Amino acid sequence: MTTASAKTTKTGAAPPRRGRRGIGGGRERLVRWTFVLPMAVFLLLFFCYPVSRNLMMGFQQWTVASFYEGGAPFVGLDNYVELVTDPLFGTAVLNTALFTAGSLSFQFVIGLGLAVFFQRRFPLSGVLRGLLLLPWLLPLVVSGAVFRWIYDEGFGVLNQVLLGLRLIQDPIPWLSSTQYALTAAVIANIWVGVPFNLVILHSGLQAVPASLYEAAALDGAGPWQRFRKITLPLLRPVIAIVLMLGLIYTLKVFDMIMVLTGGGPANATETLTTWSFALSFEEFDFGQGAAVGNVLIVIALVFALLYLRSIRDSLRSEGEPR
Amino acid sequence: MSARRVTDTAVGIVLVLTFLAPVYWMINVSLQSSDALLRTPPAWFPADPTWDGYVEAIRTQGSHLLTSLVIALGTVLFTLLVSAPAAHALARFRLRGTLALVLVVLLVQMVPGIVMANSLYPVFSQLGLLDSYAGMILADSTLTVPFAVLILRTFMSGVPGELIEAARVDGCGQWRTFGSVVLPVCRNALITAGLFSFLFAWADFLFAVSFTTGNTIQPITVGIYRFVGNQTTNWNGVMATAVLASVPAAILLLTAQRYVAAGITGGGVKE
Repeated sequence: MTTASAKTTKTGAAPPRRGRRGIGGGRERLVRWTFVLPMAVFLLLFFCYPVSRNLMMGFQQWTVASFYEGGAPFVGLDNYVELVTDPLFGTAVLNTALFTAGSLSFQFVIGLGLAVFFQRRFPLSGVLRGLLLLPWLLPLVVSGAVFRWIYDEGFGVLNQVLLGLRLIQDPIPWLSSTQYALTAAVIANIWVGVPFNLVILHSGLQAVPASLYEAAALDGAGPWQRFRKITLPLLRPVIAIVLMLGLIYTLKVFDMIMVLTGGGPANATETLTTWSFALSFEEFDFGQGAAVGNVLIVIALVFALLYLRSIRDSLRSEGEPR
Repeated sequence: MSARRVTDTAVGIVLVLTFLAPVYWMINVSLQSSDALLRTPPAWFPADPTWDGYVEAIRTQGSHLLTSLVIALGTVLFTLLVSAPAAHALARFRLRGTLALVLVVLLVQMVPGIVMANSLYPVFSQLGLLDSYAGMILADSTLTVPFAVLILRTFMSGVPGELIEAARVDGCGQWRTFGSVVLPVCRNALITAGLFSFLFAWADFLFAVSFTTGNTIQPITVGIYRFVGNQTTNWNGVMATAVLASVPAAILLLTAQRYVAAGITGGGVKE
């Protein structure tokens, strides 16, 4: 994204001459705004308005009746106080942290390993790399359903394989035991996230000049040393982007957990996202649901700002010529 | 040297087969009879394939597949209509607040979906958009419009300025120039944005489960979710539905692989 556009703005985006502005400038500018108008209206109505309302809802007491009568009294910080004192709050925060950290670290390591492997050129490498994207393109509900059957205690293929290899004595209740459910969800989510890491890291690796590796090899550096002294340092900005985006996306994972466990058993896989859904859409307490959502927004925002900061320069050079 | 390359290919094939094992399993299970699924050890290959699962999938989930198709196509249309002009403007016009708009677009993608669902629900309830195609298309477009704007903007800023100048000198207005010069040149980008919009809308579950009650319309993701939740479920039927729901992704991968890579690196976004 950044390389392609940074190159092109210099030659491409010469806006129409400034001198015209004085004469037909006003009308011309209006015409230009008509290009942005539909999107601006859409985002205002279906993004800015709802989200700002969500912030308000966090301070309101919503019930089913609020939808019909429109009355939702302001209750100050009550929703937040209730949240924090709810024993589920700690559980949800911990589960979210474990789910995110577990998914992210393995997705990244596996994705990086695959990216380094596919850096070599060999017959079919492009096709094979393309096939690896499949898990990322499948609807999450589909992947979730597949894993749910794979994890099945009695007939799931995972237990059958593990039993066959004599790695376990008794079948593991992957999804129905509080001990294993979160791990099972993390494993499924790792599978989904690897392709994203692979693609971004692989395109980052393409930018590392081959001459560096050759020079290092001449100096007697082994593969591991070349990886540590050349690949990792040069890949740092890309790694930062992958991890930050990965974090933002993992925080909001919903589909996979809902299909696998629905947050259970006994809240063992309840994250902030699934909890917020349960509060709003199952208990119809939209105020509390909004409050949990707002906590998520704050977390996501912190990392979003970090992300924007890291791509700030490329944005500025594209967005506002001069 | 060539021996090493052959080894690399072999290793690569093994890696891909291992990684895609769950996909194989989905297809394998979809082709077996419900009795065969309750055998241990399981049948590793569909030695005695049956279409029972697919028959059940079409019977119980066929209408949901159609619903999702309509929603996804509607989302593509709406997204391209809204995003393409905006992307052109953000790429080319020096308008005040352009950078701010780009930032908003980036931020939209970072807001957790559950927050969008939670905050759109009262709005949709007021506007009567629950349980409707229009509501689903608008909701899914909050996912696709920002993505499409970003990816189209990147491509559109690559259109040579001389082309546009030439059209302007010939007396074309801004919109005419956009329609007859910029859009044709950016065909590939439009395809990419359209394909991904389709996939996002097709795969959406959160909005679907939040904004539909199942009374009138039910997208396929919700269909699968309720199908799975049913205790007496026939898993060959579930997996057959899963295979059918994967068809758009497979088509996308087979026909437009280069666009896929561009989509991931360009917008870098997925739910």
